Amino acid sequence: MIQPYTSRLERIWFWAFRLFCGLVLIFLMLPVLVIIPLSFNSSSFLTYPLSGFSWQWYETIFSPGPWLESLKNSLIVAPLATLLAMIFGTLAAVGFNRAEFPGKNLLMALIISPMVAPLVIVAVGMYFFFAQVGLLNSYLGLVLAHAVLGVPFVVITVNATLQGFDTNQMRAGASLGANPVQVFFDIVLPQILPGVISGGLFAFATSFDEVVVALFIASPTERTLPIQMFSGIRENISPAIAAMATIMILMSVLLLLVVELLRRRSVRI
Amino acid sequence: MATQTMAPPPTTQTSLKTQLRRAERRRKLNAFLLVAPLALFLLVIFVFPIGSMLWRSVDNSELSQALPQTAQLLSAWDGQQPPSEAFYASLAQELKSALANGNIGSLGRRLTYEDPTLRTLVTQTIRKLPDTPETTWQQTFSTLNPRWAELSTWQALKKAAPTTTDRYLLASLDLERNAQGEITAVAPEKQVYIDVFLRTLAIAGAVTLICLIMGFPLAYLLATLPTGTSNLLMIFVLLPFWTSLLVRTAAWIVLLQSGGMVNTSLMGLGFISQPLELVFNRVGVLIAMVHILLPFMVLPLYSVMKGISPHYQRAAISLGAHPFKAFWQVYAPQTLAGVGAGTILVFIMALGYYITPALLGGPSDQMVSYYVAYYTNTTNNWGMAAALGSLLLIITLVLYMLYQRLVNQQTPNRR
Repeated sequence: MIQPYTSRLERIWFWAFRLFCGLVLIFLMLPVLVIIPLSFNSSSFLTYPLSGFSWQWYETIFSPGPWLESLKNSLIVAPLATLLAMIFGTLAAVGFNRAEFPGKNLLMALIISPMVAPLVIVAVGMYFFFAQVGLLNSYLGLVLAHAVLGVPFVVITVNATLQGFDTNQMRAGASLGANPVQVFFDIVLPQILPGVISGGLFAFATSFDEVVVALFIASPTERTLPIQMFSGIRENISPAIAAMATIMILMSVLLLLVVELLRRRSVRI
Repeated sequence: MATQTMAPPPTTQTSLKTQLRRAERRRKLNAFLLVAPLALFLLVIFVFPIGSMLWRSVDNSELSQALPQTAQLLSAWDGQQPPSEAFYASLAQELKSALANGNIGSLGRRLTYEDPTLRTLVTQTIRKLPDTPETTWQQTFSTLNPRWAELSTWQALKKAAPTTTDRYLLASLDLERNAQGEITAVAPEKQVYIDVFLRTLAIAGAVTLICLIMGFPLAYLLATLPTGTSNLLMIFVLLPFWTSLLVRTAAWIVLLQSGGMVNTSLMGLGFISQPLELVFNRVGVLIAMVHILLPFMVLPLYSVMKGISPHYQRAAISLGAHPFKAFWQVYAPQTLAGVGAGTILVFIMALGYYITPALLGGPSDQMVSYYVAYYTNTTNNWGMAAALGSLLLIITLVLYMLYQRLVNQQTPNRR
């Protein structure tokens, strides 16, 4: 902090430091902000200055066609993958916190590994495997693949929530006659719900943004929104992409707000 | 007397002990059963597929599957004697059955890797092969194509006969086996993969370094500002973090293209007279990758810095240390765990990048992942795809274990 006695060099350093941080923050935010106005541009070029206001690009993406189709596909796959990840992930996190058992650290490392494994390797592996078992080019295959990629987030967030959970409550519940299922749904779940939902939102965002695995295992029928974005960017980058990007940014804002609210409610995440 | 009353009756002691042990065992089993569904799910949908893909990097079963008996003869053959009539007879018979059961496609593809002309030789021979030999099968083959009388043709087949091979793994390190079976470097004009790996490491390293240089000061600022301000500024880190990777990639193309905002403003300010080439080259890849991975550097640094008490630094200054010295000698060493975690995390994630270089880079900016995808989709050379993938996975796994160790070390210290 600047004090009356700080030297001149320190003052310069202080402001240079703040300027640098300001530039980094602009760098982070600029791309997110710059694409929004372009989605309302009446010209078909993605350049500034804007030539006029128009809703036409939103009409393009919301009229029947590849954009709407891919949005629909993503809205089928992402919630199902999220649900699967939430169920498996929550059960596992509760198990991890119940007792020590041999191989626990190894299992944890295994469960987190989809987060760091190079996506192309996951994609190629699943491509061959799904081809053998008939899951290639199917919604079920995509759901299973995205559930694998989303599950580490659920395990991590639920695990963090459980750190502050007093397990004596479970004993108390059991001693008052509740069976383990009742204990879970009436005592444990309400308290860890913020963590479960946060993890679910992370898993949802992962599925909604996943393109590499989907490129390998989905046919044009299951083409998800990220694939449509990918081919759009690669072939001809039009303001329709900016319009869809704007909608996706709005969704990110929403997800961020919900996760932050949940975090405020349970400080442990 | 006192000791006698203290000790409970022996019968209840043992039963209590066993009861406790049983309860403890039940608890462990319970815990394990809760984790089991996920573990099983991951084993089937994640570990097994990746494992069997890795197997493809040494798998060489094409010839032995299409021509099982011939493969046995070839393996037993010393490679010097002219092949006997048995070889020709077996080949004639098995080529026909391979054509019938559809194994001929993968055999042809495999033979191309030994010699590009072998596939044509085999397919042409099948088409003209009679049901019974005129005199001997040897004679018949040699009349169809004189190459069947040459030793080199059979030597190439022999190379493809074993069920496993190290050729793909060697090839992904720009190595091969020569005629004597020794490992040698491939001809300089064919060396590509070492370059690809070095390029991948270089891009990942540069991205990590830039992220550290940009992320460290930002994390420090966020950790030392009053909570209200820092929460507000945190949105600048978290919103891009939550925004789709493809949205950000598209945005960077818009910003960096020759008529884009960056170039027009630089030209408007008079810094440059011609638009800079910022996209579809290395610069574009680096900018976009840094943007995507920066939050992964800032967040772990921030959480470590938040736990460092400012008192130490203040104490150092009050004891006469210059503020810069107090920062470097007292504060910075306490952030090392966060620096290590953030650095390795960003480096691991950068290693596997595929989409960003594919959309924002030129041909010479593609990383290992691109070649894995290319060999899988475009040329169907699955052995090569698997070998490159295996090497990438090994590098990633080693770094991941290092990361786990770092993270596990720092957690107990902070509690």
